[in-house]
Amino acid sequence: MEQDIRLMKGNEAMAEAAIQAGIDAYFGYPITPQSEVPEYLSREMPSRGGVFLQAESEVASINMVYGAAGAGARVMTSSSSPGYSLMQEGVSYIACAQLPCLLVNVNRGGPGLGTIQPSQGDYFQATKGGGHGDYRLIVLAPSSVQEMADFVFLGFELAEKYRTPVLMLSDGAIGQMMEKVVFNHKPLPKTEKPWATTGKKEGKHRSIITSLFIQPEVMEKVNIELNKKYAEISKNEVRLEEIHTEDAEYIIVAYGLSARISHKTVELARAKGIKAGLVRPITLYPYPYDRIGELANKAKKMMTMELNAGQMVEDVRLAVNGKIPVGHYGRLGGIIPSPEEVLENFEKFIKE
Amino acid sequence: MSEEKEKIVEAPGCLTAEPDLEGYELVYEKPDTFTDVRMHYCPGCGHSTAHKILGEVIQELGIQNNIIGVAPVGCSVFAYDYLDIDWQEAAHGRATAVATGIKRVRPDNYVFTYQGDGDLAAIGTAETIHCINRGENVTIIFINNGVYGMTSGQMAPTSLAGMKTTTSPYGRDIKTMGSPIKVSELIANLPGAFYVTRQAVHSANYARKAKKAIMNGLRYQKLGLGTSFIEIVTNCPSNWKMTPLQTIDFINNEMLHYYPLGDVKLPSKEALDALAEIEKGEKK
Repeated sequence: MEQDIRLMKGNEAMAEAAIQAGIDAYFGYPITPQSEVPEYLSREMPSRGGVFLQAESEVASINMVYGAAGAGARVMTSSSSPGYSLMQEGVSYIACAQLPCLLVNVNRGGPGLGTIQPSQGDYFQATKGGGHGDYRLIVLAPSSVQEMADFVFLGFELAEKYRTPVLMLSDGAIGQMMEKVVFNHKPLPKTEKPWATTGKKEGKHRSIITSLFIQPEVMEKVNIELNKKYAEISKNEVRLEEIHTEDAEYIIVAYGLSARISHKTVELARAKGIKAGLVRPITLYPYPYDRIGELANKAKKMMTMELNAGQMVEDVRLAVNGKIPVGHYGRLGGIIPSPEEVLENFEKFIKE
Repeated sequence: MSEEKEKIVEAPGCLTAEPDLEGYELVYEKPDTFTDVRMHYCPGCGHSTAHKILGEVIQELGIQNNIIGVAPVGCSVFAYDYLDIDWQEAAHGRATAVATGIKRVRPDNYVFTYQGDGDLAAIGTAETIHCINRGENVTIIFINNGVYGMTSGQMAPTSLAGMKTTTSPYGRDIKTMGSPIKVSELIANLPGAFYVTRQAVHSANYARKAKKAIMNGLRYQKLGLGTSFIEIVTNCPSNWKMTPLQTIDFINNEMLHYYPLGDVKLPSKEALDALAEIEKGEKK
């Protein structure tokens, strides 16, 4: 069978995958470095089906996602850090109303208006809340253009399986760079959504999409229900990749773009005789605490490499639970370190 | 009795027994589109009348099974308890964005929002204007009582000049707090606005006209030519610190001077002819 192989930017691959995954609607607002997504979809969707709408703001787009997801549509939005911040109110409502949808943050440097260069500074926002209240998102971290496409399918599959919003946390580099991408995904079947507002049909229980539970007893029940779901997700959906960890004494933990750089660093270290390994969390929530904790029984030290001031390192410390030293190396402001630079700092950390 | 009705009747504050109507001639009923839940609205509040005429319209148009309402933050956020249709609750100010999302993926459903003045004309101004500017094929019901009701009486974008509220205790000073916004006039300028009217519900006559306006606003969705906008100037006895009768005087003497009732923008004759054709076809 002839394969559909293309050379594409990450953002475009994600947009193409969205169409192939059968989205009914996309609502978004331009922001660098993700504007290729609305541009691609505005070009392709009129002839290939589905609703494309450029909203007046990210606040509006996330609420359009809420409305469309609540009405049973397969729907997504994408943005970059400052724009994704604007969406947080709506994300919290969507999480509470349990609406499946795909959100994408092509992370750029911050805080504030920051820079348009790649960053992983939104790790906390993505994994520890972002909006108000007790909720979690499934967070997928692609580290290639291929994964930006693949995780659209995985994202919708998980979103619809658990009736929950899924966030793809990419970054300006993965979104902007061009790579080979293969489109061979199985079509996503449409899922039944009896809870959706489609008009109160005869014999159908009427549907109310809401996140308002003013009586404390009812609110607590909803909170407990949500947390049961998150526990189920934590049990079933942890995903990670390991490289050379079987005999590793020194392990780098990195996700997304940082994992690509760190992979090379690990190869360079191995060439120098250092027993180095890499753990790449693919799901940032649920986080691979158990596996990292297990690896800490054999390894001597672990270091995270992140394009931030040290955020995921807190989760690695939780996983390691004091068994071995945990360090962090990162660059900020949109600067991307070379594998050699990371190696230099990795070796420094090993010797400490 | 459906499972849902049982659930609702169990909620606090609900009617738990059918009144004994033996020997009475029934001349007045709540619409079939209402649930059995007792409303939380304060005595004399215009919301209950607005709900009732909306419920009657949905019943008379026969669209109970084909309509989706959006109720955002404000006193009316509980509207889904009262009208027996599919609903989505929306974040403060975001009702028209939510309605846009629904209507775009379900164009065959009737979609409406039911919003207060703080919601529609302050925190949701951008969503309101852009929804109407796109001419989204939805109906917006805008309840203007010049005050934030749910949070108990703070200044609204539509509070009259000099009006005392809990956040303008010395009266609204338009020099520092801005002037009350005439939303209907403002949005009527947008090409996407198909039908814009300002109504009231504090007398039977006004309520009849408002009902007609809501009915038209929903019927116009059959045309898909733009957004219908029905403003209802009403009261808030609790937060105006007045008896319901005093609020009627205040509406007549103060509110309606600044917010004159009547149509601000009407559909063209061609559009109405086209609607008549569509509805003739429906009857067949």
